[in-house]
Amino acid sequence: MLVLLTTALAECLVVKGVDAGGATLAVRMDDGRVTATGQVSSVGCTVPELPTGAVITPGLVAVNSTIGLSEVGMEDATVELMGDGDPIRPTLRVADAYDPASVHVPVMRLGGITSAVLNVWDGLIAGQSGWVRLAGATQAEAVVAREVAVVGSVGGRSRALQLDRLAEVMEEARVYAANKGKVTANAFREFPEGLSVRDLEALGPVARGERPLVVGADRASDIEAVLRMGQQQGLKLVISGAAEGWKVRDQLAATRTPVIVDPLVYGAGSFDQVHGRPDNAALLAEAGVTVMFESWTHNSPILAQLAGNAVRGGMDHQAALDAITVNPGKAFGVPGYDGLKPGNAGDLVAWSGDPLEIGSRPLLVVVNGEVQPLDSRQKALLRRYRELPGSPVPALSLPQ
Amino acid sequence: MVGFSLALWSAWAGESALEVLDARGRAAVEVFPAAEAGRVVLADVTVLPVSGPRIEKGYVAFDAGRITAVGEGSAPALDGAVVVSMPGHVVTPGLIDTHSHLGVYPSPGAHAHEDGNEMVRPTTPGVWAEHSLWPQDPGFERAIAGGITSLQILPGSANLIGGRGVVVQVVPPRGGRAMRFPGAPETVKLACGENPKRVYGEKGGPATRMGNLRGQRQMFLDALDYQRKWREYDEALEKQASAGSATPKKKKKGEEPAKPPTEPGRDLDKDTLVGVLEGRILPQIHCYRADDMLSMLQVADEMGFSVRSFHHATEAYKIRDVLTAKGVAASVWVDWWGFKLEAFDAIPQNAALLAEAGGRPVIHSDDEKGIQRLNQEAAKAWHAGLAEGIELSEEEALSWITENPAWVLGIDDQVGTLEVGKRADVVVWDAEPFSVYAKARLVFVDGALRYDAERPVVWSDFEVGQDAGHAEVR
Repeated sequence: MLVLLTTALAECLVVKGVDAGGATLAVRMDDGRVTATGQVSSVGCTVPELPTGAVITPGLVAVNSTIGLSEVGMEDATVELMGDGDPIRPTLRVADAYDPASVHVPVMRLGGITSAVLNVWDGLIAGQSGWVRLAGATQAEAVVAREVAVVGSVGGRSRALQLDRLAEVMEEARVYAANKGKVTANAFREFPEGLSVRDLEALGPVARGERPLVVGADRASDIEAVLRMGQQQGLKLVISGAAEGWKVRDQLAATRTPVIVDPLVYGAGSFDQVHGRPDNAALLAEAGVTVMFESWTHNSPILAQLAGNAVRGGMDHQAALDAITVNPGKAFGVPGYDGLKPGNAGDLVAWSGDPLEIGSRPLLVVVNGEVQPLDSRQKALLRRYRELPGSPVPALSLPQ
Repeated sequence: MVGFSLALWSAWAGESALEVLDARGRAAVEVFPAAEAGRVVLADVTVLPVSGPRIEKGYVAFDAGRITAVGEGSAPALDGAVVVSMPGHVVTPGLIDTHSHLGVYPSPGAHAHEDGNEMVRPTTPGVWAEHSLWPQDPGFERAIAGGITSLQILPGSANLIGGRGVVVQVVPPRGGRAMRFPGAPETVKLACGENPKRVYGEKGGPATRMGNLRGQRQMFLDALDYQRKWREYDEALEKQASAGSATPKKKKKGEEPAKPPTEPGRDLDKDTLVGVLEGRILPQIHCYRADDMLSMLQVADEMGFSVRSFHHATEAYKIRDVLTAKGVAASVWVDWWGFKLEAFDAIPQNAALLAEAGGRPVIHSDDEKGIQRLNQEAAKAWHAGLAEGIELSEEEALSWITENPAWVLGIDDQVGTLEVGKRADVVVWDAEPFSVYAKARLVFVDGALRYDAERPVVWSDFEVGQDAGHAEVR
């Protein structure tokens, strides 16, 4: 088994087409990584057959994703339910619950998605988000990073109270870090209720501003308040939602805070989104904010369509493509996902046309240097029912 | 005895007494101010009439709210017409959504406005979505910006029989009644599968799918009994009327004057179901799984009504032969799936397979965001089929959001295609409408310009005075 795996990875792969701007592009991958672009040698490599003009992009990255965590949304037994009464859970690593065998994984890949940044939900500090690649039969193969960000929340009955509690948690984490010796020697004061030593230890990288804290906020004033708290605490933030982000885009840009927006939010799903507008993503990107797009996991193949809608709303095409390819790696500080460059992950998609256009589809999906089957349970159902009656299947012939 | 005489009169005119009384509940309170609908010629445009093949360079003309000409080349001269030349633009019929909760679950979400599910008992056919509809929902102006000109607003799917839907035109709102599509038939929402049993499982039932079916069947049986009483009443009225005309005036001395027959008591729930049984009210049934749809078709056969459209119908493709043979439409999404078990077998080729089988697919939104880009959803459904070798034309795919939904709502004689005589519900797109980048540039309803992308107008009182929602014109 190990030998087979090694053989598969050792084989190099060369994909030839054009980039999103129409320039000729060839990408060579060895051992799962990009090793060369431009003039590459394909000697001894597999070169998948593609029509001329196939558009090559880095693999798409879904963010705030519940892939592998929610199989059938309304069946609790198939959903990772995180709210267990403990509102502060920085030691929860959601990647530990990721199921690489989820039937959603191949469906997402058919939409050109090759990675996902996992969502964590419920609570003041919901837990640690992870980065998974949408390939591999085991967590060991699929999980790229177990800790890429901590997800927090300022929702609930009082935004001000939640913000204050977040600030307190971060302060306590730094107090702990500065007094670890005394704490270990039982010579330090108590920490507030609900903050265990394990929690404080796990919060260290976030409290020091080394790892992002993702905070959901749509209303402009909430974003502003979160940014202020982040500045005071020295945090590295990612704002999720940001329906009214355009109103505070200069602050977002000045603090180099990336945002995760849904470009379809326009028409105020909630009171926090009343000032949302269709060119939100465009205005944010023009102001220099790093923008990403999120969609609902149970129809996530539409990530490219979301980016197309951002362009429809006025966003630059390349900026919209960046939002679903290279920006998540940059925002979450995961190396190897900032474009098709030597040393980076061998994750790419060859599209039949403009990747953001509805009529285009992936012709080739490569994850970690390996060509993925363009198949899914949905396609199996299609095959079964291509001719009716489909099911029930006909009676079997008698055994010979 | 106004009710009596009106019923009597209409019994002569061929309408049942109940039908007349039911219509009285929908009488207009106000006359909506007539819109400016002059003579307009959209010239130098590509036309996708849906009723026929694509016209690469042609025109659409309308006058007083009705389409007067559609053709190739230059438009014939029309006295006093405003000619709008829009090269590079594409004209389609107004889009129609068969499944929306705009107004009854409006934006922004608010407890005060959760008016879409009468979750007090599992069968409430007597409630009307029209009576819940908040006309200031900003979703309406977002919908017309996406090219939507008519839609059906339905109660939610908590109940086995959730109440009447209402078909509206997308016009600046004053009230649900004023938005009603003129002459559109009544509709009713039914639901099968997971939702009713989830909502009522611990509230007295139904708790199971078999409980769902019992609930549906019993309601229709009760309605049949009610219908019989009203038919007897109609017959008595007719008898008396003909007796009255046959033997005028002269009464024998001492003879009591003939008493008018006694009107049976009204029951609003049963009024709706009798309308279904008599084909006046079109059933719109929320149903995902193939076997659930077959069960509902069995109920329809048993009770004697026709299902107009299943909604969501994620497994329509599995029984597309049956749906086609029975003439039942399926209003579906493209790629929503797996959020509940009855959506676990959804496939993106659902609509295409149904169309290929000769059936009637519709792409619906059921979503305040989806309704803003129904053209993209139809495009996805079309391309999902093409990618798998299901060869269908662009006109066919466009019919899933125009002609077919018009049929589902019983307004296909008035809208859904660009044909002479139909209402001038027309969208002018700035690009091919199946492109993700396409935006509606102009939208006409009944020949009146109701949306111009370059001159946004706030409709909703809620958004007046708020810095809400509109992009700068670029």
